[in-house]
Amino acid sequence: MPSIDLSKTSVRELNAALHKLKADTNETLWTVTNPNGEHSIAAGVDAPVTINVQGSVGYFCGGMNKHANIVIDGSAGQGVGENMMSGRIHVKGDASQSAGATGRGGLLIVDGNASARCGISMKGIDIVVKGGIGHLSAFMGQNGRLVVFGEAGEALGDSIYEARLYVRGPVAGLGADCIEKPLRDTHKAELMELLTEAGEAHKIDIAEFRRYGSARKLYNFNIDNAGAY
Amino acid sequence: MTSHERNWMPTTPRKSATFDDYSLSEIRRAAATGIYDIRGGGSKRRLPNFDDLVMLGASMSRYPLEGYREKCGTDVVLGTRFAKKPIHLKIPVTIAGMSFGSLSANAKEALGRGASLAGTSTTTGDGGMTPEERGQSTTLVYQYLPSRYGMNPDDLRKADAIEIVIGQGAKPGGGGMLLGQKISDRVAEMRQLPKGIDQRSACRHPDWTGADDLEIKINELREITDWEKPIYLKVGASRPYFDVALAVKSGADVVVLDGMQGGTAATQEVFIEHVGIPLLSAIRPAVQALQDLGMHRKVQLIVSGGIRNGADVAKALALGADAVAVGTAALVALGDNDPKWEKEYAQIGSAPGCYDDWHEGRDPAGITTQTPELYKRLDPVIAGRRLANYLKVLTLEAQTLARACGKNHLHNLEPEDLAALTIEAAAMARVPLAGTTWIPGATA
Repeated sequence: MPSIDLSKTSVRELNAALHKLKADTNETLWTVTNPNGEHSIAAGVDAPVTINVQGSVGYFCGGMNKHANIVIDGSAGQGVGENMMSGRIHVKGDASQSAGATGRGGLLIVDGNASARCGISMKGIDIVVKGGIGHLSAFMGQNGRLVVFGEAGEALGDSIYEARLYVRGPVAGLGADCIEKPLRDTHKAELMELLTEAGEAHKIDIAEFRRYGSARKLYNFNIDNAGAY
Repeated sequence: MTSHERNWMPTTPRKSATFDDYSLSEIRRAAATGIYDIRGGGSKRRLPNFDDLVMLGASMSRYPLEGYREKCGTDVVLGTRFAKKPIHLKIPVTIAGMSFGSLSANAKEALGRGASLAGTSTTTGDGGMTPEERGQSTTLVYQYLPSRYGMNPDDLRKADAIEIVIGQGAKPGGGGMLLGQKISDRVAEMRQLPKGIDQRSACRHPDWTGADDLEIKINELREITDWEKPIYLKVGASRPYFDVALAVKSGADVVVLDGMQGGTAATQEVFIEHVGIPLLSAIRPAVQALQDLGMHRKVQLIVSGGIRNGADVAKALALGADAVAVGTAALVALGDNDPKWEKEYAQIGSAPGCYDDWHEGRDPAGITTQTPELYKRLDPVIAGRRLANYLKVLTLEAQTLARACGKNHLHNLEPEDLAALTIEAAAMARVPLAGTTWIPGATA
């Protein structure tokens, strides 16, 4: 069980060691101590290992992650799990701006709040935020699901494509082409599936969520819609 | 005297220089449609360019090199600052970023084939990396754009260099839109969007803002690729001195500077023609920034936007660039706007040399299209060979001029080898007006 102390080892050495791991590695549990807000911790990992980071991290922790299960026992700076492909990232504190940006797969869980642009340009990632999210979240969201237990800031889902948004708290405002949609049984089942994956099933009432998605009116350019931008 | 009795000639009917034919047609088009004009390509109007400079060949005070005998090197190494694996190209002419989506897969393959034959690199675009392109490109630069369409760490690691796109010369400060008619099943799948809808490309990156953030982003990309790949930063020419200085500060290995003549797949005409500055005016401030920071030749500078021939290459290098990139010219070499398609261009309201509705996907030459019956017209092997020939001519021409100036490598060309034919060009390129010692703004 490798343990890396970032007060003695550089992020570069840590990442180089993680990148060498094969899919069938026996070193499946890693501990990272003294992260001290360093950037790009465990970025670009491509192996089914668990990485426990004991403290807060800087920008782009777990960026482009594939297969790894990264647990951050603290808060995360900008772009945690950006463009992640698969695997799971769990932030036990808060997450800064652009959490899960352009993510293509996997699951990002934030126990606290996420900031502005959470899930911006998301392309297939699932994001569960147990607190609230800031403005312009899921901007141009293409695919994937964003679940928010708390409130959402201004311009939620602006210019959204096919991403599906579930918010339990109040929404300060919807962005261009984002509308509230009915929460049907299929969506409740989808929510239950996501909450189960996040370990939150049956802790809150699914019926309290409201669903938001694209009105699909801006999918093809129409001059009559120019005022919407 | 009544009017029917006059015995003098009326004045000749005169068109307005301000309201010229094109302006009038645009007013009518706007009045009829209510929407701005969108097109591909770069600025089409007359701009100060490399034709406004001449090279000063050797004579009494300089020795020339023998044209067919003495060596004149053309190679360039890019990414020597931080990357473990810098790129070594045989010629200082690269292929600019153009996307699969805006271009057909055959066109992308042809670009890869041509560049590889010529010993240079080609570049992906806003749509990800195709296997055809990777397979046929010896050296492939992977663009990292705001949309992140098709972005994934596997392709990132397959690339030979990474180019973070901040902007491009045709539209500094602008995003993009790929219209639905070009979104085939394959394009849609690569971009993870439904078929047939317009695909917007954002103008800002989603997970960083400003030069301080960018430094951290560059480091993340280096971490993910184990510090192997050179990282380029591409900017549209607008404030080149400051942009290049910030690029150096952010930790880039290479700066790509694209002037307003650089092409786009599709942008508003008003944007293409009225935002940004000509390449001629952008190179010296960029080089000045590198020199002021002690980074000239350490952070390499690639310039693009309207490069057509070997003279343009030689002049750009003489002004201090390490390499140039060609986009529009490369498409023309493949067969874009070829007179052999004259009838078909006429059918879609255009003509050879004028066709710029690349966003509509109806390109008779099979280059800017996703329609099978059109893109099958472009044989990637033959088109690749044409591109390689063209790149070879650019290199031979640049060598010819460099030898005449007594240089045994293209990188030994310098501003002292140039004179300007116009006051504007003298001021922009910071070389003397021909026959004088006058550099407007620099000398009395």
